[in-house]
Amino acid sequence: MAEPVLAVDRLEKAFGALKATNGVSLDLRPGEIHALIGPNGAGKSTLINQIAGALAPDAGTIRFLGRDVTALSTAARARLGLARTFQVSSLLPDFSALRNIMLAAQARQGSSLRFLRPVLSDRTLTEPAMAILARVGLTARADVPAAELSHGERRQLEIAVALAMQPKAFLLDEPMAGMGPEGSKTLTAFLDGLRQEAPILLVEHDMDAVFALADRVSVLVYGQVIASGSVAEIRSDPEVRRAYLGDAA
Amino acid sequence: MSPREKAATLALLALLPAAALAALLLGETFYITLATRIAVLALAAVGLNIALGLGGLVSFGHAAFFGLGGYAAGVLATNAFNAEPLAFGLAGTTSMPAISLVAVLLCGLVALPIGLVSLRTSGVYFIMITLAFAQMIYYFAISWPAYGGEDGLSIYVRNAFPGVETAKPFSFFVLVFALLLAALALFHRLQASRFGAALEASRQNPVRLAALGISPFSIRLVAFVLSAMVTGLAGALFADLNRFVSPSMLSWHMSGELIVLVILGGKGRLAGPLAGAALYVAFEHVLGGLTERWQFFLGLVLLAVVFLARGGLIGLLAGRPRHG
Amino acid sequence: MAAFVSGQFRTQDRYAPLPELLQPAGPIPLSLALLIEQLLNGLQLGVMLFLIAAGLTLIFGVMGLINLAHGSLYMVGAFACASVAATTGSFWLGLVTSLAAAAAAGALMEVAVIRRLYARDHLDQVLATFALILVFSEGTRWLFGSFPLYLDIPPVLQGAVALPGGGQYPLYRLAIIAVGVLVAAGLYLLIGRTRLGMRIRAGETDREMIAALGVDIRALYTLVFALGAALAGLAGALVGALQSVQVGMGEPALILAFVVIVIGGIGSIKGALVGAVLVGLVDTMGRFLLPKLLALALPATQAGPVGAAIASMLIYILMALILAFRPSGLFSARS
Repeated sequence: MAEPVLAVDRLEKAFGALKATNGVSLDLRPGEIHALIGPNGAGKSTLINQIAGALAPDAGTIRFLGRDVTALSTAARARLGLARTFQVSSLLPDFSALRNIMLAAQARQGSSLRFLRPVLSDRTLTEPAMAILARVGLTARADVPAAELSHGERRQLEIAVALAMQPKAFLLDEPMAGMGPEGSKTLTAFLDGLRQEAPILLVEHDMDAVFALADRVSVLVYGQVIASGSVAEIRSDPEVRRAYLGDAA
Repeated sequence: MSPREKAATLALLALLPAAALAALLLGETFYITLATRIAVLALAAVGLNIALGLGGLVSFGHAAFFGLGGYAAGVLATNAFNAEPLAFGLAGTTSMPAISLVAVLLCGLVALPIGLVSLRTSGVYFIMITLAFAQMIYYFAISWPAYGGEDGLSIYVRNAFPGVETAKPFSFFVLVFALLLAALALFHRLQASRFGAALEASRQNPVRLAALGISPFSIRLVAFVLSAMVTGLAGALFADLNRFVSPSMLSWHMSGELIVLVILGGKGRLAGPLAGAALYVAFEHVLGGLTERWQFFLGLVLLAVVFLARGGLIGLLAGRPRHG
Repeated sequence: MAAFVSGQFRTQDRYAPLPELLQPAGPIPLSLALLIEQLLNGLQLGVMLFLIAAGLTLIFGVMGLINLAHGSLYMVGAFACASVAATTGSFWLGLVTSLAAAAAAGALMEVAVIRRLYARDHLDQVLATFALILVFSEGTRWLFGSFPLYLDIPPVLQGAVALPGGGQYPLYRLAIIAVGVLVAAGLYLLIGRTRLGMRIRAGETDREMIAALGVDIRALYTLVFALGAALAGLAGALVGALQSVQVGMGEPALILAFVVIVIGGIGSIKGALVGAVLVGLVDTMGRFLLPKLLALALPATQAGPVGAAIASMLIYILMALILAFRPSGLFSARS
C-alpha cells in the first residue's frame, strides 16, 4: 500500500464541553477520493479547518507528505501543496475570475514580494490562469468580478483556484452545495478525473456524488469516525444506518 | 484603470502645476505655497493610501511618520545650523536629499516594530493601537525639551537641494511635485504588481489569501512599512515648506486629517490622495476665508461624503474602481 | 501640591492656572503622605476615565460602533455644568443639567447620524465620528467663544481631609472617587440585575434574536447611547471643577479612554474598570516616581526631562505590551 499523502492521527478538539473532534484518525492515499460524510453538526467543518490549519487541534497530529504539519500556519500548509475550497465560496470579490486564479498561480510560483512588474502582462500568470478557466468552462466570464458571478460560477471558480495551486492534495468542503442537479452532475464528472492529479478529501452532503466518486468513505458522528470503508461496506454498515439514517436496523 | 479615471487623473496632475505656474506668472506667491501644500499633503496621503486604500489597514497613527519625517528635517537642520554633532558623532545636515533619506529610513525603522505589534490585531484594535503608538511619539516630542518640546522647532533657512533654488517658492514647488509624481508612479506600479495583487487580496479576503499560501501578515507588514516611508518623506518636505516642525504634526488630529484626505479623494485610487488634498486645502482656504468656523462645515462635508459619496471625488468623477 | 490635573489632560490645558500644573522641580523627599496622595490622584484619574470609558465600551459592545465623538459628549457635560452653575450659582443644578444635556446630545447624535453607521465598516465610523468632533467642537466654540469657563468646587466639598502620614487630600477629589465607585456598582446592578440590562446583554450577543422577541432595538440603542453619553457628561462636569472648561478638552480624555477600553477588552465594563484604574495609577505614579528613580542613575538635570518623557509614554507602552500578548485585551467581550 502506498504511503498516505495526508494522515490525521487521534485528533482532538473541544469547544467547552463539546468534543467537536474526538480522536479522529484518517488518511488520504495517492489517486483516491476519500469522502467524509456525517449528519449536520458531526464536526466535519471543524475537522477540515484543523487539517487546513485554520483551527489548532487540542491534541493529535496531522502529517502531510510525510511531514508533521500540526504546528504550521494555513499559508505554510498551502505552500506545501494542500489546497482547500470553502463550504461558502471564499473568493476575492473585487477581482475578476481571471485575477482570482492568477493570484493562486502567483502563490504557487512563490514570491509575492515583487513590486514593479505588472501582473496583467505577466504571461507566466495569465497563460496558466486562462488554461484553467477554460478547463472549468469559465473562459467567457474571465473579466467578470467574482462578486458578480452566479452562485454556480463561484463554486466553479473556487475549484479553479484550487487547481491553479497545482496541489498535492485537495480538501473540498461541500463543493456541490447549491449547484442544482445539472451542475452537480457536471462537477461529479470533473472531480472523477481530478483524482489523477491529486487525491481528494471530499466533504459532501450529496450522497449521489459521494457514492459515484468515493474510493473510500468515512462516517463522522459526534466528532468520531464510526465507520470507514468502501461505498458498499458503508452502505451495509448497521451502525452507519442507525446513526446516520436513523434506521432501527 | 477605466478611461474616465485615467482622464480625471491626468487632469488633476496637469491642473496643479498649471495653477502654480499661473500663480508664478501673476506674481501670487501665496498661491504657489498653497499648491506646494497640496502636493506635500497629497504625498503624505499617497503613503497612507498604500496601507489604507490597497491594504484596508485603517492606520490611525500615520501622523507618527509624518511628524517623524518632519522632526528628521528639523533636528538635522538645527544641528547643522548650530554646528553641533548629533548622537554617535554624526553631524547635522542641510542637504535635502540626505534629510529625505534619513526621514525615509527612520520611518521605515520605526514602522517595522509598530507594524509587528499592531498587525497582530485587527479591526478596532488595530485602529486604536496605531493611534496609541502615535500618541507615544507625540507625548515624547512634547516632553523632550532638547528640540523645542511643545513649542516646536524652527528651520531658519530652507534646506538645500543640488541644482534647485529651494528658497524660491516655484522651484520648491517643482521639486515637491516631482517627488509626488515619483510616489504616484511607485503607487501605480505597486498596485499592478504581484505584491499589489497580494495586498489587495489581503484587504478583500485574508482567509482566502492564506489558503493560497501567502501569509497576509507579511504582506501587510511590508505595506505598512512602505506606507510609513512615503508619509515620512512628505513630513520632511512639510517641515521644509513651513520651516517649522511641532508636535502638532504628530497629533492624532493629523492622523485623522490624513485619513480624511484619502477618503475625500477616493481610497485605493491612484489620484485619490491628490484629489483629497486639493479639496481639503481648498476648503481650508475658501471656507477659512469666509468663516473662522470652517471646520464646522468641513465636518458636515465629511458626513456627506460618508453617507452620499463613499467613493470620494474620484469615485464621483470616474465611477467604481476596476481591477482588471 | 503636586500636579493638580494629571499630565495627559494638562498638555492641552494652556489656560489652566500654572503653578498647580508644574511638577515639583527638584527631587523632593519621598514621604508616605506624598505616596498616598499620588495613589489617590491615580485612583481619581482612573475613576474619571472609567466614567468616560464605560459608555464607550458599552456602545462598542452592544452596537459594534467606534465613537470618536464620545469626548465631545464629555465636553458638552462640562460646558453645561459650568454655564448653568455660573448663571444660577448652583453647582448641583449644573451637575443635573450636565447629565441631561449630555444624554440629550447623545440621543440626538444617535438618531441623526450614529444609527446610520451601525452597518458600516470601522473606517466609515471613524470618519463620520471624526466629522462629528469637528462639528461639536466648532459648534461649542461658536456658542461659548474661545475663552475657557471656570467652575468652582461646591462649598460642601471644599476643604481637605487629613491623610495618614501627615498630608492633606482635597475632599472634592475623594468625592469623585466615591462617585466612580457608585457608578461602577450601579452599572453592575443595571447590567446584571435588570430587564434593561438583560436586553443590553442580549443585544451584545444576538441582535436578530432580541429584535425577533419584540424588543424595539432602535429605541434600545438610543437608550444605551444616551446612557453612555450621560456618564461621559457626568465625568466632564466633575472634571470641570478641577480644570478649565474649554473646547478640545474632550480629545485627550477620549484618547485615554480608548487606551483604557483597549487594555480592558473592548465591550467589557469590567475591563473598562480594571483598565481605567490601571491607566490612572500607572500614569500618575509613573510621572511621580520615574524621575526619582532615574535620579539614582542619572544627573539631576537629565533625570527630570528623561523621566518626564518616558512617563508621558508609559501608558501607551503598557497598552502595546498588553496587546502584544493579548491582542484583544484583558477581558475581551467579543473575540
